[in-house]
Amino acid sequence: MKKILIATIPLSIFLGLIVLLYVNLSTHSEELPSPLIGKPVPAFQHPTLYSNKTLTHNDFKGQPWLLNVFGSWCPSCQVEHPVVTQLAKTTDIKVVGLNWKDEPADANRWLQRWGNPYDEILVDFKGDTAINLGVYGAPETFLIDAKGTIVYKITGVLTTEIIQKELLPMIEKISP
Amino acid sequence: MLASIGQFLLILSLVTAAVLTVLPITGYFKNHKGLMRTGRPLSYLLFVLTLATFLILVFLFVIQDFSVTYVWQHSSLTLPLRYRITATWGAHEGSVLMWVTIQALWIAAVARYSRSLSLSQISRVLSVLGIVATGFLAFVLFASNPFEITNPAPLDGRDLNPLLQDFGMIIHPPLLYFGYVGLSVAFALSVAALIGGQIDEKWIRWSRRWTNLAWAFLTIGIILGSWWAYYELGWGGWWFWDPVENASFLPWLAGTALIHVQAVSERKNAFRGWTVLLAIIAFSLCVLGTFLVRSGSITSVHSFAADPFRGIFILVLLALYAGGALTLYALRVNQLKSTDTINLNSKETLLLANSLIFITATFTILLGTLFPMIFEAVGKKISVGAPYFGLMFFLIMTPMAVLLPLGVQLKWHKDAMTPAIKTLLPHLLIAALLTIASYYLFDGLNLRATAGVFGGFWIASTALAQWILYKGKTNASFIGMSVAHLGVAVFLFSMSMTEHKDVEKDILMKPGQTSEVAGFNFTFNGVTAVQIENYKAQQGSILVSKAGEPIVELHPQKRFYPKQQQPMTEADIYPGLTKDIYVSLGEEINKQGDWAVRIYIKPFIRWMWFGGLMMLAGALIALFNLRSKRLEQQQINTVMKDQLELS
Repeated sequence: MKKILIATIPLSIFLGLIVLLYVNLSTHSEELPSPLIGKPVPAFQHPTLYSNKTLTHNDFKGQPWLLNVFGSWCPSCQVEHPVVTQLAKTTDIKVVGLNWKDEPADANRWLQRWGNPYDEILVDFKGDTAINLGVYGAPETFLIDAKGTIVYKITGVLTTEIIQKELLPMIEKISP
Repeated sequence: MLASIGQFLLILSLVTAAVLTVLPITGYFKNHKGLMRTGRPLSYLLFVLTLATFLILVFLFVIQDFSVTYVWQHSSLTLPLRYRITATWGAHEGSVLMWVTIQALWIAAVARYSRSLSLSQISRVLSVLGIVATGFLAFVLFASNPFEITNPAPLDGRDLNPLLQDFGMIIHPPLLYFGYVGLSVAFALSVAALIGGQIDEKWIRWSRRWTNLAWAFLTIGIILGSWWAYYELGWGGWWFWDPVENASFLPWLAGTALIHVQAVSERKNAFRGWTVLLAIIAFSLCVLGTFLVRSGSITSVHSFAADPFRGIFILVLLALYAGGALTLYALRVNQLKSTDTINLNSKETLLLANSLIFITATFTILLGTLFPMIFEAVGKKISVGAPYFGLMFFLIMTPMAVLLPLGVQLKWHKDAMTPAIKTLLPHLLIAALLTIASYYLFDGLNLRATAGVFGGFWIASTALAQWILYKGKTNASFIGMSVAHLGVAVFLFSMSMTEHKDVEKDILMKPGQTSEVAGFNFTFNGVTAVQIENYKAQQGSILVSKAGEPIVELHPQKRFYPKQQQPMTEADIYPGLTKDIYVSLGEEINKQGDWAVRIYIKPFIRWMWFGGLMMLAGALIALFNLRSKRLEQQQINTVMKDQLELS
């Protein structure tokens, strides 16, 4: 009897390990919650890339919108780009790009090559707004409601899965 | 088109592996010779199919077929041919395919070089290897398919990660995979033995050589990884206790325990269950390592794209393989009776102690690697760093270094402890004297360095003496062991020196400025821009001299790869017998051309890898052991005779 018990020790340890790995896999996240969620979007004033306007945070009030931080220098943005394009095409949400620390010429070339899905593109050459938004790496995406409050934030590449499971339900909730 | 053929071959490989899993073992249970005999041809077929699949992927890279997603993601028009070929295994999908191909190569080799095994044994072994291959092939096909198509195809690719555009990275992963996968042979033997409920010396002797070979590959794989990190990552370290490094180190430690225990269990009927268990643990750690690296469960500098589905898939494989094997172990191990008694004063006892020490080390490092996960499960984020691993490893390995010479000295079966210790005592004195000499020669050593240096001399002195003493004993097994143990000594000494006597200086240098570090003068002659192949670089020029005599001019680079938008620090190293001079560029400080320059003096660092190479050489030499060759030939003859009589 004792021998049989000893023989099951390795299996028991291993089962514990598997449980740990499984729990970790389903709960693990690299995500750090943004302290900005629930706060108003920081004040900004930026020139736009194509429409030759200067827009501020107040210009977007009245309907929910998505702010997508990108740069032509950022390879992950290129990965995410088709997904953003698809999102802009198939939903009603206003998609605004924040062109972060980018030479306008580079951004222009990049958008010509990969397509421009944005309703407006704000040029944040110095990166001030990105700092106020607590951006620590492109791409990042913020969902802002009609009153100008940040309701949701995604760090890293947007995927269809994130959009379907998290972003769209959230948009549904804040849409009038 | 070609990609579709690759896809098709991949599916065929999976089917073949599945058939290999089922047929021979069914033959074993039904005692059907014909079914058991399918094992060998199926193994060869599996290898041909996976190799063809892999070569097609290589070819897709060579011809730059950007319609294949995996190709455009990791190659580009400007990538030189040699890196296009190696880009095949530069990322997840291709590297798993390579893993499977190497697995199939091992299976084919096992099928070919197993004439000493009876048909019922080899059919079980091949079926178990078949199930391992099936799992990983399914993983490639369903969770990491390298033949996925992008439509329309991009005009240019995203280029290969610059860190991987390097010789060390080209050969490091394949060698490591050879090691990982090689351990699956010992695993398959264990499971096959548990299925049958019996194991004998011949079987262990056969598997021991495969384990040795796998261990040799793991060793060289780890050495190359360490060497690569040293010259490529630009911060002068050689081991970081990073989870991914640990993932390769854990099977190595368990494998070390295994090869030492096999030395006993191939000679006498002892430690049978322990041998079987260690083999299961060693291979399970390979799969666990793969899980940790590929699932993104653990934050590491080696960033493979994290994908939870892949994580779940490998977790299921791990549960299946290790869980299945350990369940069998629980049910059957008591049938593998070890009948021989072990005398306390014998080599056997010391080898058992060795395996216990190494397995303790394995689990300590595993625990350290998993700690962040355990804490995350209760909602906290922590990281376990090098200080924990360094200290724990030091404490656990100290008894290993102390006991190693005694284990070699003691005879098999039965010996007396006191005379053995008396024989070794003079070496304690020699080692102490040499350590004191080193202490003064290198201007003082701290506690851990002193202990390490002492351990090195203690092992080296005894190993050399034992070699001379047993001059008549020229069998490969003894020579291999001595060489490997001398490697341990060389490693201990040089690692202690590198870790504790290195000099690191970050200096702000103006063009023309000379700074003195550890007796050398470094003159900074500014930075110029250069353009090479697919990158641009700012190249520094630093003249190293001593007492007015120029030694070498070093050219560290700050590279920029436009396609990946990634800067890279390329250090330049002046390798030396007793020290490396290592220079890398930090940041440009201002427009006047002032740079932050990092200068390291790394004593004996080459010796460390050389020690590793000696361990590798030892394992390889031991393969030529005449005793086991002779015994194997006898066994082959018996098997052949049985077959003749039967037919």
